[in-house]
Amino acid sequence: MVLYNAYPSDPAMKPPPFEYIAAESVEHTLELMEEHGDGAKLLAGGQSLIPAMNFRVLQPTVLIDLNRIEDLEYIQHADDGALVVGAMTRQRDLEKSRDVERVAPLLYEAMPHIAHPQIRTRGTIGGSLAHADPAAELPAVSIAAGASMKASGPEGDRWIEAKDFFEGMFSTALGSDEMLVEVTFPAKTSRTGWRFEETSRRRGDYAMMGVAVEVELDDGGACKEARLVYLNAGDGPIEAEKAAAMLRGERPTPKLIAAAAAQAADHEIDPMGNVHASIDFQRHLARVQTERALVKAFDRAANSKA
Amino acid sequence: METHAITLTVNDQTYRGEVEPRMLLSDYLRHELGLTGTHVGCEHGVCGACTVLLDGQPVRSCLMFAVQAEGYELSTVEGLASSAEDLHPLQQAFWEAHGLQCGFCTPGFLMTLVPFLAENPQPTEREIREAISGNLCRCTGYQNIVAAALLAAEGMPE
Ligand SMILES: Cc1cc2nc3c(=O)[nH]c(=O)nc-3n(C[C@H](O)[C@H](O)[C@H](O)COP(=O)(O)OP(=O)(O)OC[C@H]3O[C@@H](n4cnc5c(N)ncnc54)[C@H](O)[C@@H]3O)c2cc1C
Ligand code: FES
Ligand code: FES
Repeated sequence: MVLYNAYPSDPAMKPPPFEYIAAESVEHTLELMEEHGDGAKLLAGGQSLIPAMNFRVLQPTVLIDLNRIEDLEYIQHADDGALVVGAMTRQRDLEKSRDVERVAPLLYEAMPHIAHPQIRTRGTIGGSLAHADPAAELPAVSIAAGASMKASGPEGDRWIEAKDFFEGMFSTALGSDEMLVEVTFPAKTSRTGWRFEETSRRRGDYAMMGVAVEVELDDGGACKEARLVYLNAGDGPIEAEKAAAMLRGERPTPKLIAAAAAQAADHEIDPMGNVHASIDFQRHLARVQTERALVKAFDRAANSKA
Repeated sequence: METHAITLTVNDQTYRGEVEPRMLLSDYLRHELGLTGTHVGCEHGVCGACTVLLDGQPVRSCLMFAVQAEGYELSTVEGLASSAEDLHPLQQAFWEAHGLQCGFCTPGFLMTLVPFLAENPQPTEREIREAISGNLCRCTGYQNIVAAALLAAEGMPE
C-alpha cells in the first residue's frame, strides 16, 4: 500500500525558493550551467551549500544536482599507479578505501578529521575542493600530495595542479562555466613519507590549526622533496615554501626540523585568530605540529616499503 | 514554485507526494509524513538530532532536500521498535543505562549508533566517542550514552 502525504501542510521553510534540476551527466551539467548562468549552483554533497542556504547566506535561483551522475563516483588507478577519484566520490568511501590507504596514505590519514561520520557519508571530495574553505583539510592535503584537478567546461577538459587551483578564501581557478570532475593523487613511492596533524576543540570540528606534510628521501638519506601545507593558517591553504627549501638537499636532523618548523610557523603562515585560538596560539600549534609531522614523515620515508 | 513528485520508502512504508524543491528532508518527514520522531535542533548540520538512515547510511536530514530522496529507502527512529514493550536492543540499553534525560537528542544518537554497531559490533569506548562526535546532548551527559552503547554492544552477536 502506498501512502500519500498524511499531513499536507505549508510549513515555514528555511532555504530560499529555487528551481531544482537533477543533472544526468557531465555534458548535461555543463549545458545547464550555460543556460542558467550565475544564478545557478552545483549541488554536490550539500554539506556546505545547504547550511549556507538554510541561513540564506546563499540564495541560488537554480540548483543543479550532481547526485544522480553515477559515473562521477569512483576510486580507480591510472596506468602509472596514481589514484584517480571522481569528484562525487563520498568522503566516507575514501576513508574506508584500502586503495586510498595504500596509494595516497596522506589523504587516507586526513579523512577522519573532516567533520563527522554522518557528514562524510554525503560530503564529496569535489565539493570540498571546489568550496575551498581555508580551514578545510582536503585543499591542504591535495597540495601536499601533489594532486591535480581535472576541470570540464564548454571548451573541453583541462588539468590544474593543486597548488594553482586555490585562489584564496572560497575561491578557485575554476571558471564560472567549468566544473571539477576528477582528482588524481600520484602514487607514493618507496621513499615517500607523510603525516597529517591537526588540533581541534573536538574531533570533527574545524581545526584551530593543521598541517599536511609529504617528504621524499634520496638514496643517500637526504631530503629530496618536501611539501608543508597548512589549514586555517591564512586566506587559503598556505604552503611553507621557504621551510621546505631549508629541508631539501639536507639530512633531516632534529635541529634542522626544528628550524624549518620555526620558519614556517613564525614567518610563512598568516593565521587570523578566532574565539577558540589566538594568533599566537595558532603559531604555537603550527610549530609543534610541524616538528611532529616532519619527524613522523621522515621516519616513514626511511622505513616505508612502497 | 514548481513542485516535484517523489516516491520514497520510510521504515518499509512507501510514500508518494509533491514537494517544493526547497523542502528539507527533515521537514518532509516531520510535517508532511507526520514522523516527528526525527528531531530538528540546529538545521545546519551541527547537532545531529535529525540523523536518519539513507539506504542504511547515517545522514543529516536537515542537509538534504526531500526531492533528493526520490527512490531511496529511509529509516527513522520510528522504525526501531515494533512496540513500546519490544524495544530495539539499543533503545533497551539506553533505557537501562539512563542514556537519555529529556530525549531530544536521542533519535539522532540512536540512528547514528545503529549503523555504527552493525558495522563495528565490538567497539572500544574511544571508537564510540568518535562515532557520536557529531551528536550534541545538552542534558544527559555523554557518559551514560557511551555506557548505553557499550551495554548494547555486549548483547550483540560477535
Ligand atoms: C557540522 C559540519 C562540520 C564540518 N566540518 C568540516 C571539517 O572539519 N573540515 C572540512 O573540510 N569540512 C567540514 N565540513 C564541510 C564538509 O566537508 C562538506 O562536505 C564540504 O565542504 C563540501 O562538500 P559537499 O560535497 O558537501 O559540497 P556542497 O556543499 O554540495 O558544495 C560546496 C560548494 O562547491 C560547489 N561544488 C560542488 N561540487 C562541485 C564540482 N564538482 N565542481 C564545481 N563546483 C562544485 C558547490 O556549488 C558549492 O558552492 C563540515 C560541514 C558541516 C555541516
Ligand atoms: S538539525 Fe540537522 S544537524 Fe542539527
Ligand atoms: S537527553 Fe536532553 S539533549 Fe540529550
